Amino acid sequence: MRYVFTLILLMSATLAGAADWEDQQVFNPGDGRQVLRVISNTDTSVFLPILEGYLAKNPDVSIAYFVASSQEVYERFRNAPEQFDLVISSAMDLQLKLVNDGFAQRVENVPHPSWAQWRESLFGFTREPAAIVINRDAFSGLAIPRSRQELIEILRAHPDRFRARAGTYDIRQSGLGYLFATQDARASETYWRLMEVMGSLQARLYCCSGDMIDDLASGKLAVSYNVLESYVSARTDIPETIQVILPSDFPTTMMRTVFVAREAPSFQQAIDFVKYLSATTLRGPDLDRFALPALGMGANLGAQSTITLDPGLMIFLDDLKRRTFIAEWENAVIQ
Amino acid sequence: MITLIGGAAILTVVLFLVVRSFSAQIAQQSQDNVLGASARSILDAAVIRDGQVEVDFPYASFSMLSTPSDDRIFYVIYQDDKVLSGYHDLPLPTLLDDPDTKFLTNSYLDETVRQAVVSRQLVGAGLRTRITVSVAQTQENFAGTLARISRNALIFGAGFFCLSLLLALWTTSATIGPLRRLANSVAQRGPKDLRPIAKPVPSEMAPLVSSLNTLMGRLGQSLNQSEEFIAEAAHRVRTPLATVRSHAEATLHRVDKEDNRNALKAMIRAIDESSRAAGQLLDHAMITFRADHLERHEVDFAALVDDVIDRLNPIAEMKDVEFTTRGDRPIIVSGDPILLQNAVRNLIDNALKYSPSESEIAVELRAAPSPRLILQDQGPGFVPEEIETLSMRFTRGRNAQGTVGSGLGLAIAQDVAMAHGGALVLENRKEEGACVTFSL
Ligand SMILES: Nc1ncnc2c1ncn2[C@@H]1O[C@H](COP(=O)(O)OP(=O)(O)O)[C@@H](O)[C@H]1O
Ligand SMILES: [Mg+2]
Repeated sequence: MRYVFTLILLMSATLAGAADWEDQQVFNPGDGRQVLRVISNTDTSVFLPILEGYLAKNPDVSIAYFVASSQEVYERFRNAPEQFDLVISSAMDLQLKLVNDGFAQRVENVPHPSWAQWRESLFGFTREPAAIVINRDAFSGLAIPRSRQELIEILRAHPDRFRARAGTYDIRQSGLGYLFATQDARASETYWRLMEVMGSLQARLYCCSGDMIDDLASGKLAVSYNVLESYVSARTDIPETIQVILPSDFPTTMMRTVFVAREAPSFQQAIDFVKYLSATTLRGPDLDRFALPALGMGANLGAQSTITLDPGLMIFLDDLKRRTFIAEWENAVIQ
Repeated sequence: MITLIGGAAILTVVLFLVVRSFSAQIAQQSQDNVLGASARSILDAAVIRDGQVEVDFPYASFSMLSTPSDDRIFYVIYQDDKVLSGYHDLPLPTLLDDPDTKFLTNSYLDETVRQAVVSRQLVGAGLRTRITVSVAQTQENFAGTLARISRNALIFGAGFFCLSLLLALWTTSATIGPLRRLANSVAQRGPKDLRPIAKPVPSEMAPLVSSLNTLMGRLGQSLNQSEEFIAEAAHRVRTPLATVRSHAEATLHRVDKEDNRNALKAMIRAIDESSRAAGQLLDHAMITFRADHLERHEVDFAALVDDVIDRLNPIAEMKDVEFTTRGDRPIIVSGDPILLQNAVRNLIDNALKYSPSESEIAVELRAAPSPRLILQDQGPGFVPEEIETLSMRFTRGRNAQGTVGSGLGLAIAQDVAMAHGGALVLENRKEEGACVTFSL
């Protein structure tokens, strides 16, 4: 922690305007040091071990780390691409679109599995499943649901118990929530039936995983759908009764991705960072620092279980498709 | 050879270009097919609902465009002249009312893209509109495929070229080799060797060899004819000369007047000279003829020399010249006895002719290093300046004035020696006298 300084940045006046960030920190600051500017939707605390690992190897670099929601990461970067070196986000679709639209530069000769990269530019470095998270207290006397279908049946059978106590992403606000929703809808009609049931129970809608977990912990929520399993496991401040269920019918697993901005001022450091990240998540010596589910874990699951990095991801970013999808979703959820 | 290699090179280049452009076409075609399918799947999803255009196109519309090189894709959906969604600035051709999918290569965001454009009329309740969809894709995978194909075509072409090179080398050596051998065997032939070429040659060269053989046959024939003509002529001259000579001798016995006798004697000498010359001409002709196809027999060369000496002994006795013979014997050689006899007779005849009276001719026979006859007389010897030329036909020396002769003797001896693979060497001994070495 010795090179970690939490500062209110003076630089923020020039950096991305005076935008207000969820968090912004500079690690290992120093005069004349090359600054690696990272824009990310990953909480600083979760990503900190990786930043420290990199800085331990590159002590003459300082890192400015900016946190925003995935949708904001997309928009802020797209509006000022020259102000950032690295872009990290869990919204695979938005990341892929940025790369497709030419905002990334290639990082050649990274020994990264082909299913976890696109155009040698976009590299997936985690495998994080979306989960059903429940507070067991609310399920006393009930069977624990193991799949979406079972969850639908339980919710239908006990509408009074779950009214206003089921939560999920507001896909209009959360890029990750939208990605999970579209991928679920692609995979099965069950998603729509679940949304209808949740809608009929006046489900609560959230912008972020964190808030959802807070409400689960406090007992305000009994169940939430499509929460990132990794965020739950990372939390130490939640009661025992919180249980994570990976739905057995079909998994929806996201890869957190990173790319180097095309006009990155510190592109050399950014490239080094990507290589470090790739090596670490695969089987690097710093793997124990990795607070996120690494790619190398359970590698035999391979590509099938994750959302594929292919141009199809851009489909639901189309204005018409998005409009149609959200209309349909609102129809189901907001009643 | 150069032509063959050049031809192979041109053929290789042509092959390479044809394969490349053909495969480029196929590769482009397959990219076009997918692009067209993608654009049509979007267009097909366009419907009018509640007076509004909705395009709920499937996931596959884009994921079908996934390539190993992860090519970038761009698209745009137009309703009439208004962009519904997609990349607003993607260039679009002005479409005529054309139901077919259009393909074009364009430039977008600093990249070359291949673009498919489709268009369709939508008719709904109270709405008539045209939807145009264009899907574009970068050409990295296509370029990669093309590069791979080019590399393969190049390897293939290089292989083809090497193969044709080898083939060319082989063909030329197969053709040139026998030709060169033929040329060598013709060049190495003796001046009078006109035998047909019997060595086997490739069938392609058979006409050349057969016409060469015909030519040599005709040449040989005409040579033979002229030799025969000379022999015939000599013979025709000799016979009447013999008749004239016997008439002159008979007349000499009957004439008493000294002047007339002298004239007749001169006449007889002239006749002798002529008939000798005719005889030698005849011999020479026979030798040139026989030298080409030697009739080799096993003969004792020493016995043959003895025989000639015996025959010429009467003349030697007239001049009081004595032969002293020594050396190896028998000397068995494989040769033509008639020619050998002729040669030896001419040489001994010379020795007798140019020896003074009461002298000695040393005849030496040697079997090694090759069979040879060495004749040593006590005459004046050869005129040193002439020694080189004396063996030529009709060449006589300055010392021959006053003797009868035609200048053919040494020529005959030399021809015979050479026909047997030997030589005739003329020298002057330190003391006095000519020394002739006739070797086989
Ligand atoms: N034994 C010899 N001694 C000296 N000269 C000789 C002898 N044999 C040959 N010659 C010279 O060589 C010449 C050529 O000889 P040859 O060919 O036999 O012709 P021919 O005897 O008819 O003159 C002679 O003219 C003579 O000058
Ligand atoms: Mg003579």
